[in-house]
Amino acid sequence: MLLEGKKGLVLNVSNNNSIGWGIVEALHQHGATIAVGAQNEKFLGKVEKLIEGQERLSAITCDFSSEEDLSRLHDEVKARFGKIDFFVHAAAFADREDLQNRFIETSRAGFNLALEVSAYSLVAACRTLEPLFNEDASIVTLSYIGSTRAAANYNVMGVAKAALESAVRYLAVDLGDRGIRVNTLSPGPINTLSARGVKGLAEKIRNVEEYVPLKRPFGQHECGLNAVYLCSELSSGITGQIIYLDSGFNFVMK
Amino acid sequence: MAEVFDRVRKVICEQLSVTEGEVSEDKRFQEDLNADSLDVVELIMALEEEFGIEIPDDDVANMKTVGDVSGYVASKV
Ligand SMILES: NC(=O)c1ccc[n+]([C@@H]2O[C@H](COP(=O)([O-])OP(=O)(O)OC[C@H]3O[C@@H](n4cnc5c(N)ncnc54)[C@H](O)[C@@H]3O)[C@@H](O)[C@H]2O)c1
Repeated sequence: MLLEGKKGLVLNVSNNNSIGWGIVEALHQHGATIAVGAQNEKFLGKVEKLIEGQERLSAITCDFSSEEDLSRLHDEVKARFGKIDFFVHAAAFADREDLQNRFIETSRAGFNLALEVSAYSLVAACRTLEPLFNEDASIVTLSYIGSTRAAANYNVMGVAKAALESAVRYLAVDLGDRGIRVNTLSPGPINTLSARGVKGLAEKIRNVEEYVPLKRPFGQHECGLNAVYLCSELSSGITGQIIYLDSGFNFVMK
Repeated sequence: MAEVFDRVRKVICEQLSVTEGEVSEDKRFQEDLNADSLDVVELIMALEEEFGIEIPDDDVANMKTVGDVSGYVASKV
């Protein structure tokens, strides 16, 4: 098993469709011990149900917009695990109305919210967890091609993902001298709660497999497999990179 | 129709953590069953899975009550 004896966090999971959950399942299958994140009490019940009966899975709550939650995260992880080997950041948010209308209409508050929760959260979480990372730990976040291309209705989330991808490179520099790697997984569109906030995305997902080179859908399970790769020594030497995992979606035109 | 309603009600109870007694056709999701907009989206996704159907966003916009949803699902299966 590639991750035998490894400990870490996957933040956050909202239900069994979450990419985070696909990642938890794969990391767990490869031997990892994982604290599975819920944004708040409301999601905690769902996460507890999902992990029921699994010895190496436990729940943890963290809302990235709360400084208090972030420092509690440090204390709880330290108490539970001591040190950690991986941290998967799988969280994003924007106001629904900002993903339905013209980008130019984005309000100041909506812009700040999307960037804070979807990009700054990675910086803040890495800072609070920095003392707990083992040498050679691996950090993985999730982005989308809407960071570099203007994807229909992705709008302010595209701007947030551009910031996130850039943050990954700067974090890779800061943490690199301890052997800590930071990378981005960029899946194509997948039917999840968050994706349903982007107008028209569900329709796009339904026929995406018809025009991607691999002619098959990609999903949470493949995100999990690639997270295993990025969190294990198989990806040794890879840092600051964006891995497109989308059956080729990112380079074909439709 | 009755069978569809029972299955819809079951999904609603699971997703929104309410009891069967609380779920009747006239109940509004947001006002009566305490669901926020994310809850409604989760519910719609769970119904898609349960019934093997697709429910486009534009149709969701018109669903305010339990009856709206079960009627819509019944028309699709
Ligand atoms: N679904 C896709 O098509 C797709 C494609 C590329 C990238 N992604 C990215 O994958 C990641 C996971 O999203 P998903 O699609 O699995 O949807 P999801 O809704 O299942 O997961 C999003 C998670 O973000 C969490 N979150 C939102 N606001 C938060 C906050 N303030 N503090 C802490 N957590 C918060 C939610 O609780 C939820 O668990 C996101 O970064 C998303 O942008 C998704």
